Amino acid sequence: MTGPSALEQLYQQVILDQARASHGRGLAALDVPTEAAAHDHAHHTGESHQVNPTCGDEVTLGVVLDAGTIADLRWDSQGCSISQASLSVLTELVTGKPVDEAEQLGETFRALMASRGQGIDDTAADTLGDASAFVGVSKFPARIKCALLGWAALRDALARATTTPLKEDA
Amino acid sequence: MTTTTAPQASSAARLSDAELAAVRADFPLLGRELRGGRPLVYLDSGATSQKPDPVLDAEQDFYLQRNAAVHRGAHQLAEEATEAFEDARAAVAAFVGADPDEIVWTSGATTALNLVTHALLGATLDAARGRGRAESRRFALAEGDEIVVTEAEHHANLVPWQELAARTGATLRWLEVDDEGRIRVDQVGDVVTERTKVLAFTHASNVTGAITPVAPLVARAREVGALTVLDACQSVPHLPVDLRALGVDLAAFSGHKMLGPTGVGALYGRRDVLADLPPFLTGGSMVEVVTMETTTFAPPPQRFEAGTQPVAQAVAMGAAARYLSELGMDAVAAHEREVAAELLRIQEVPGVRVIGPTEAVERLAVVSFVVDGVHAHDVGQYLDDTGIAVRVGHHCAQPLHRRFGVAATARASASVYTTLDEVRALREALGGVRAFFGA
Repeated sequence: MTGPSALEQLYQQVILDQARASHGRGLAALDVPTEAAAHDHAHHTGESHQVNPTCGDEVTLGVVLDAGTIADLRWDSQGCSISQASLSVLTELVTGKPVDEAEQLGETFRALMASRGQGIDDTAADTLGDASAFVGVSKFPARIKCALLGWAALRDALARATTTPLKEDA
Repeated sequence: MTTTTAPQASSAARLSDAELAAVRADFPLLGRELRGGRPLVYLDSGATSQKPDPVLDAEQDFYLQRNAAVHRGAHQLAEEATEAFEDARAAVAAFVGADPDEIVWTSGATTALNLVTHALLGATLDAARGRGRAESRRFALAEGDEIVVTEAEHHANLVPWQELAARTGATLRWLEVDDEGRIRVDQVGDVVTERTKVLAFTHASNVTGAITPVAPLVARAREVGALTVLDACQSVPHLPVDLRALGVDLAAFSGHKMLGPTGVGALYGRRDVLADLPPFLTGGSMVEVVTMETTTFAPPPQRFEAGTQPVAQAVAMGAAARYLSELGMDAVAAHEREVAAELLRIQEVPGVRVIGPTEAVERLAVVSFVVDGVHAHDVGQYLDDTGIAVRVGHHCAQPLHRRFGVAATARASASVYTTLDEVRALREALGGVRAFFGA
């Protein structure tokens, strides 16, 4: 069946597809560096657990950094299609990118979510790729936090990875 | 005294179509349109009910005609305001089978329950220092004592008890629920023991709708001398409730779930229990004699009503109690039983699973459910797009959701104004959910 149009604006096909694709799902598969590799101090890992207390949705997201680049990103999560799609999209978007670029993408995405359905300028939106499809979410205040859940975990995981040495290093 | 004009319904019989139409006409909000001109189908009364004209009028009339500080001042307005305030107390008391001096105004049910736990904490601290009334010592808690709750509790009747246990060294225990979400009354003999000082439980679950058999729990608590505390938030708006007949020591309920305003609720306490309970909040209005060194406290209910009360809201809560009384709670309950049976037919929709009793027996018209392969938030969003308002999430009952292995459910809940057509609209809309999300 065809859903009503307001609903389709929120749940764009790319969001529904990404929610099913779940790129990055499976934290156990995170490519954690061997102890030897970690000891060269170029590798760091960070993990973050975030919950949405109003609905109980949660995510645990892990990153592995190699010389300042996100070498691997995996997550476990249960939540609505918006939160799951957002995690899938961000995984595709930031894996292989330098940390500062990933953080900039996070800022751009947060600006998109704060835009109340108005969107952001095209140049910035283009950097977001599939994540720009979430513009419809920004019209629904109750759902913005769903889209931001994964990005909050990413920001926190990156902060932990860049400030905390590996356990093996300690 | 404020008069209400609720449509008259013959007691015990369900509301006729004409009576239901007359009830709905009293709720201005139910007539509004949503985005896209869709009519509102409000199925979230378990979270908060809509308000009828007599309630709205009572609150406004108080401010327009009678507003003054109550229980002080010798002027005519103060006299009329006090009379309206105390009339409302009497109306709410009568509505739940209590005497007026057994009803304490609070800002809501959460505050009422916290009033109890903090009064018990106060009794514990007083006992340790040998102060306070000797009669209050029976409420003191110590290591080795136990507080018993249930797995079905709303956070408001769980977290305050967790905190009280942690602060006093008492142990928190609980009755489990069965696969239908009903409290395991069969466990009461093992869990409620001579060590139990408090048994706190819900009269009806805000998630499963299951109605608790109060009698066996109260009987066991009495055997062991435990204080009973009932969360009556979901029962009082939907069932005839006689708290004295139920035999509980204390009970909490809120105004806004029973067609009244937000910001007001009530604590019921049996007279002898309130008489011995130390105060929680202290200050103005709850005292007898104050010197620089010490204070003597007023008798209940004023002992528990420090500071300015939500007077206009209390007056309007009184109007809500009268409105429901005039409809007749037997008729309200009979109507909502029909609505519950119709609500439960959502189980006919492929992929829909109800969390809670699957038949309309000993349950309220509060139905939580999951849709296979679709998260509750997405279900709620889809329904919203058709004008249907339901609650999604854990409904402030995370442990109960964990018991059923789900993080979130969607919940449809009814009130006296809910129609069978609205429930059918829900069932029809649910039929499209899985296809839309490709589940």
